[in-house]
Amino acid sequence: MSTSSVSKGCFVFKPSAKKKKTLSLEDHFSHGCESAESSEKRFKLCQDLWDKIKSDTEVLQDDLNRKILDSLLDFTRKCSSTRQLSDWASQMRASEIPTAALVLGVNVPDHDMTFQSLSELLQQSVTPHVASVQAKECGALKHLMKRVLERLMGTDVTVDDEEEEEAEQTSTPLHKSVHCSLSTLCDWYKTKTKKSNTPGKKRSSPSRDDPQQPPVVIIFKDLEAFNPKVLQDFILICSRYIERLPLMFIFGIATSPSTIQHMLPHSVSSLLCIELFQSLSCTQHLATVIDQLILTHHFPFKLNAKVLQVLMSIFLYHDFSVRNFIKGLQLALLEHFHSQPLSVLCCKKKDALLNVMQLSHSDLERIRNLPSFKRYVEKQEPQEQVNLSKDDTHLKEVCQKLIKGLHKYHKNYYPVLRCLHTLTSSLPRYPLGKQVRELHLICLEKNVWENEDYQTAMKLLRMLAKDELVALLQRCVEILQPVKSKKMKNAFLQLTDLLTKFKQLDTVAAEPPPCVEEPIISPVRNLQKKTDLFQLQKTLLEMNESRRAKKLSPFEVLRNEALEFLDNLVKSHLSPPESHTLNEVCYYTSSATVRRHLNATPRTSIQAALNSPYYYLQNDRLKTVDGSVSNSAPDICIAYKLHLECGRLINLYDWLEAYATVVSAAEGNNPDSDNYGKVEEVKHARFIRAVSELEFLGFIKSTKQKTDHVARLTWGGC
Amino acid sequence: MTKMLQHSGYEEERLQRVAELLPCREVQAGMLLSLMGQPQQCSYPSIFIYGHRASGKSHVMQVLLKELELPHATVSCVECVSVALLFEQVLLSFFGCDAASLLPRSPSLSDFVRIYRQHCSQTPAKQTRYIVMEKAELLRDTDANLLPALLRLQELVDDNVTIILLSEIVWDKFRPNTGCFEPLLLHFPDYSKGELQQILSQDKHPSYSAEFYSSYINILLGVFYSVCRDLRELRHLAALNFSKFCEPLAEGKVKETDTHKLWRNIEPHLKKAMQTVYLREVSSLQWEQLQQMEERECGALRGLSAHTHVELPYYSKFLLIAAYLASYNPARTDKRFFLKHHGKIRKTNFLKKNEKTSNHLLGPKPFPLDRLLAIFYSVVDSRVAPTASIFSQISSLVTLQLLTKVSHDDQLDAPKYKCAVSMDFICAISRTVNFEIIKYLYDFL
Repeated sequence: MSTSSVSKGCFVFKPSAKKKKTLSLEDHFSHGCESAESSEKRFKLCQDLWDKIKSDTEVLQDDLNRKILDSLLDFTRKCSSTRQLSDWASQMRASEIPTAALVLGVNVPDHDMTFQSLSELLQQSVTPHVASVQAKECGALKHLMKRVLERLMGTDVTVDDEEEEEAEQTSTPLHKSVHCSLSTLCDWYKTKTKKSNTPGKKRSSPSRDDPQQPPVVIIFKDLEAFNPKVLQDFILICSRYIERLPLMFIFGIATSPSTIQHMLPHSVSSLLCIELFQSLSCTQHLATVIDQLILTHHFPFKLNAKVLQVLMSIFLYHDFSVRNFIKGLQLALLEHFHSQPLSVLCCKKKDALLNVMQLSHSDLERIRNLPSFKRYVEKQEPQEQVNLSKDDTHLKEVCQKLIKGLHKYHKNYYPVLRCLHTLTSSLPRYPLGKQVRELHLICLEKNVWENEDYQTAMKLLRMLAKDELVALLQRCVEILQPVKSKKMKNAFLQLTDLLTKFKQLDTVAAEPPPCVEEPIISPVRNLQKKTDLFQLQKTLLEMNESRRAKKLSPFEVLRNEALEFLDNLVKSHLSPPESHTLNEVCYYTSSATVRRHLNATPRTSIQAALNSPYYYLQNDRLKTVDGSVSNSAPDICIAYKLHLECGRLINLYDWLEAYATVVSAAEGNNPDSDNYGKVEEVKHARFIRAVSELEFLGFIKSTKQKTDHVARLTWGGC
Repeated sequence: MTKMLQHSGYEEERLQRVAELLPCREVQAGMLLSLMGQPQQCSYPSIFIYGHRASGKSHVMQVLLKELELPHATVSCVECVSVALLFEQVLLSFFGCDAASLLPRSPSLSDFVRIYRQHCSQTPAKQTRYIVMEKAELLRDTDANLLPALLRLQELVDDNVTIILLSEIVWDKFRPNTGCFEPLLLHFPDYSKGELQQILSQDKHPSYSAEFYSSYINILLGVFYSVCRDLRELRHLAALNFSKFCEPLAEGKVKETDTHKLWRNIEPHLKKAMQTVYLREVSSLQWEQLQQMEERECGALRGLSAHTHVELPYYSKFLLIAAYLASYNPARTDKRFFLKHHGKIRKTNFLKKNEKTSNHLLGPKPFPLDRLLAIFYSVVDSRVAPTASIFSQISSLVTLQLLTKVSHDDQLDAPKYKCAVSMDFICAISRTVNFEIIKYLYDFL
């Protein structure tokens, strides 16, 4: 950069517009990606899928929240309308601030979305004046005031505070006099309503009873985290203005409504008119999300059992957060498209078939190396095997066929899964799980029909009464009906057939049973003759057998037939995905990655780093065989290793000597020389640094018991 | 009927009106009037008025100052998040917005005094100016010099100004240890039952006779007087339940004079109101809806405190259980509960003198994080990796106020916590994870 000026001076250079090209998402994606040539396509597929997942979940969330939000909106409307009544009772009543206590459950990360849509809805249909505040930004009363005023009025508000010098300089002088008090808000509200009323009156008749005074809604997102004193004072202030300013509160509560009573004394809570709203539980929410995103063939991307298990356990054991579950899904999606080059085929059937034709040679080699494909090849004729390994175009054709097969499998899998779930979910003690996701996990892992629980479930099903069975089958029929695959249509027809047969039984049953119980009588007669105990047992067993074999009523025959049919359906469609060729294209399997990213274990990784520095540093000199630390490891690793040998209290001098010995060995000094193991200044300094680093990491701390000792904070050791 | 207020400085007519507006507070109003003297007379620098909630302090001041048209400024201290707001409101109501805008950013007391004097010399006071400060107890939390300065503001600004402090607590709790000017003290006693009856009967329903409403108030006070003497609250309750009281009348079953039947009808209803709407278990809006509904449906509505169930993630439950155990068991006994081969140790061997009382009576004790985790790992049935989310669950339990952090926020090293949940709550939680907490509690050994 230069200037044409000769004189000395200051020159301002504006940074040129595109000096640093910021990396786009796509660049990040293709960076370090396997098989770069198809990365662009994979990125696009991944992006499309994620967009779809995102929009779907948003729609879902809105649907789920609709009911509670609607009742909340009703409440706000009702409140603002009763306020304008002027009969005796409402005049005499102490004017309380209408308050909605919204119980949302402990999954705090999910609340943001709910509040977002709530405030949007409120703004659309009830009032333009909505402000939401969070506890962390309102430590003191004046901050809370400031936030509320700012968000309602949309301007800067000065709080007399030294820390906000800058804010004042930037704000225009007009706002300078705006003081942070509710009376300012009152004035602002008065001008606002006046302004909006005058054009309204000109236009429309007074019959339109749109609230002349839209309420001012303040949302406290996380009530529990607020300082009770701040909240009490704020409510006290607000209640002084309630005559002039139609305020309304919404409390977001994570635990239980009784927190309100814990936080607010009676003198304050008597100023509120609290109504309770309970939202859907997060487990139900997750069940719907899984239903829509995972148990459907619309998304080509799938998770295998282990990954799903990891995501589920994070949800159930740790946070209850649906948002985090979806984030986990996103991570798996990204990882899959990033690390699996063949994921170009993980898309809609039509696109996948096209993409197969465009596969490069190296991609085809990758296909040949897939374990599932190898298994497939082994089953083929020798001639075909050769063809598959040599002929690229033939391979492509076969791949197309296999992809089609995979899609067909998915199309049939989910309806059958749901059928099986409807049948088993009402059985006593839930042999195959209460939720459909549990059954899904079982099916993903291995052949469900080999499972013991499946056998017991079937046994229980064989004991069902008629009306129960018919109801269940009816529901199965409803599940199968909308499915468009050929096999499912067949199954649907057969099942409806069975159902009509069940119904016909009723009419037939009026006739007397044709079979006479003669064969049963004969062994009984035999029984009277013999008295041998062994014989008796044998005959009893026989009787039992024969009774079971022969006494089958037409209903039982039909029941067995129906269950046989369903069993066959399960066996042909619910095989685990690993048994299908090319499943690697759609299924993400690396549960370890997901776990590492989502459920980090900082402590374990620190210990791993200290124990085996090679794991992170990848330096060959650090490689050791038996898990011991090499002499040339970083100082802190050596110090750590040595401290593991000590008890609860560590003598610093002993520790230093041991350290010096190890380090001298690393420097290759002669063990017999005088200097060996001597503590010199540099070593001393290095040791002190290592010790203080260990203290920083929380392994040791200084103790008052003995001055030259430190205390260990961990247990165990070598 | 009403006692007459008499004062030479004001017209008879006005005093009459004031007396009508202040039933049962004539004595106090008369006292105040004589303290204030005639408008142009110089008044005492500061007056301190105390009395319980809803004993008419603000109301009396408001009526006196408004009806007698005296220059005044009313400030609620709870509203003054900063002293600037206080100064601004005073200046605004005495001298208009010119004066208020002269205040610098974050003004000090001397700024206020300077501007006050400046304007006061331009427009000298013909009458005494009054500054009324409601909820004055909050002044104790502001700068130490504010309260003493306000008490002798008259001297500081050299103007005929009187500060009137209104508070619910006695002056003894105010007196700063450096000493200050003593204000005149004036006590507003609570209203007696008869006075309450008299005041409440005044706001009668326009379509019913005064006697009828008065008998209603009588019944209401009979039920509520033992628990609540707050005028405001009583008036609120009266308004909420009046429609129910009138119900038999509207149906034509009872005459207005048949008090006994009316009482029989309303009494159970009022008893119910005492347990629900008075405690704000049920909001007034819901209460009104309930009245319109049939009797049998009433049971369906549950109060706020009925919902105590909290759903928690699996490990959070165990963390909470571990925290409860750590809070209520002495640390010495951990060995007995959580070590496999602890041997047989009887409770009597453990007993120390101070531990004879139940730990549950003493309340939760603080415990360090290490102990919480150690108990957690031995209580939870599976092996749990010490992941980051376990630790973040602890802090989210703190924000949910199920645990409380005892040590200071800045202390990173070995933070201490207390468990803040009740016995019933933790029992319900442990039942959901099939954990018998009673077996692990020292108190129930």
